[in-house]
Order: sequence, then C-alpha cells, then structure tokens
Amino acid sequence: MCTYLTTTEQVSGTGLGAGGWFAIGQAVVYFDHPQQAPVEHALCIDFRPGDQADPARRVAIELDAPSARRLAESILATLAHDEVRALGVE
Amino acid sequence: MASDRMEAGTISITSRNGDEIEAYHARPMERTGYGSVVVIHHMPGYDSSTKEIARRFAAHGYGAVVPNLFHRYAPGASADDAAAAARAAGGVPDAQCLDDVAGAMAFLKAQPGANGKVGVIGYCSGGRQSYLSACNLDLDAAVDCYGGGVVATPDQLTPQRPVAVIDMTKDLRCPLLGLFGVNDANPSPEHVARMEEELTKHHKTFEFHSYEGAGHAFFWVERPSYNAEAARDGWHQIWNFYGKYLAS
Repeated sequence: MCTYLTTTEQVSGTGLGAGGWFAIGQAVVYFDHPQQAPVEHALCIDFRPGDQADPARRVAIELDAPSARRLAESILATLAHDEVRALGVE
Repeated sequence: MASDRMEAGTISITSRNGDEIEAYHARPMERTGYGSVVVIHHMPGYDSSTKEIARRFAAHGYGAVVPNLFHRYAPGASADDAAAAARAAGGVPDAQCLDDVAGAMAFLKAQPGANGKVGVIGYCSGGRQSYLSACNLDLDAAVDCYGGGVVATPDQLTPQRPVAVIDMTKDLRCPLLGLFGVNDANPSPEHVARMEEELTKHHKTFEFHSYEGAGHAFFWVERPSYNAEAARDGWHQIWNFYGKYLAS
C-alpha cells in the first residue's frame, strides 16, 4: 500500500548531514515505502531545516516498525529519567 | 525484423499550466505510427526504476514520457530528496498532476513518429493519478497499477486531493486496465471490488487482474515486494491492452 499519512512537527535542534551540521526546524514523519531499507514499508523521518529548505539538506532515517516503536519508547524513557528530570527538562 | 533502436534521456516539457518541468523521454528511433504512453512515477519519486519502465515501453515500440511530478518542489535534486520535499509540502495537488500529464500528452502527440494515440500508466500513488487522468483527460487507454486511495473516505480528502477519484468514474473517458495484488492493503480486495462495482454501474470498459500471493508494488524489481509471477503476467496484460487501444 502507499499511505498518504504524513505528520509534520516543528522541532528545534541540529542535524549532521552530508554537508556538515545544520539547524533543524522540521521533522516530517510518515509510514510508507522506504527509498533504501529492505522492507516493504518503513517509519521514515526527514529532519529538515524548514519549509523552503534546500531539498538535499536533510537527515533521513527509515526504520522497520518494531525498531521505530522501540526508538520512540527509548526517547520517552530517556526524557522521563530522574537524572534528566532533575535538569528541569519538561 | 523491426528495428529496436531507441533514444532516451532527460528533456523539458511544458505543463498545461505553462510551467516547464523535467521529464524523461524514451522513443523508438526507426518506427513511425507508434502509440505513446505517459508513465506516472510512484510516491518514492521520479527515479531510475521508473525511467527503466519508460525504456521498456520504447523497446516494445511505444513512445513514453515520465513527467517529474516532484520537479517544482526540488528542481535538480535527487529523486529521493525531491520525494521528501514533495511529501513535506503535502504532496502533489491533483490539479497540478493533471496539468503535467496533459503537458506530457501534448508532447507525445507532437512527436513526428507518433500515431496520436496516448495511454497512461501509473504505479502506487501514480496508479491513482492514472485513474484520475483517465477521468479528466482525453486519453485512449489507462492502466492503474495498484493505485491506493482511489476509494477514499471523506476524512482522507485533503486540499491536494479534494475529490475521491472513485466518484469521478462516471467521467472515465477510455478503457481501463487494473492490476492489483490480493495481499495489498491499499487498494485492498474490497477497494478493488468497489471500483469494479462503480465501473460496471457506469457501463465503462475495463478489465481487472488481481494476483494471489502478490502485495503492493509487485512490479518494482528492486524491492522485496517484487513478485515475478504477477509482474510477468502484468506486463503481458499491458502489452495486450495497449496493443488493442494504442495501435494505429
């Protein structure tokens, strides 16, 4: 199947791409055919500077669904850790 | 023996709305009176696999053009970067797609060796766009290869895709060939049945083939979804179909 479901999150951070580090303003998340990963569908994220960015300026990842779930849980668990919360992080 | 010499490469075509967009053109070199095909690329983009399909059509004696539907979002970028940019922009609007397909049709019809008949074929999201084109443009034959989203619920409609293509069926202007995988989730066998029902209701000329054991993207040779048996028979159906409707 091809899905059209795409979620775009405004984010703030930096990413390391082919041309070096750059500021990230947008994360585009979708579950669809990957370009490279050897699976029929993958959870894909394109980290991009923003709306009008150079299209080659992005960090792309393609994960199979179980990996994506583990990663999401891992991110949330890391942010919920006592040592992180002690830093006053929301 | 008929010559199989061909010419293929990147060109610029004029979309119906006047925009110049990149396209890939393949044509037989020493034939005249040949039919032509607009090849609509899949959601992963205007890539080498799709260009290979265009060359396959030329090898079989057809002129073919692949309009780069993502050109405006990332001129000159790689296929995967352009696909990402198009997705980030919300996807290709149906109206813009129709302009680009119409531009490709005009280009193909104007070629000296062409017989003036033009078909369309699309894969994945391009399958839906093929169906869309067949309902809105004066094509001679259309092939929908597992186009997801032809059957759409109101909550799936967007500013880019404001009308469910299934609801345009009454306006279908040419014969339609549909090639689907039984294991596909979109279009599912239920979606395919719904399309058949609508086409029959409006007395349209169509033929559908659904392949057991095949899922989505069974023509895509570089991916795990490739299904040799379905692809082989699918190509056989395509040659028969275009041979019937695009011949001089």
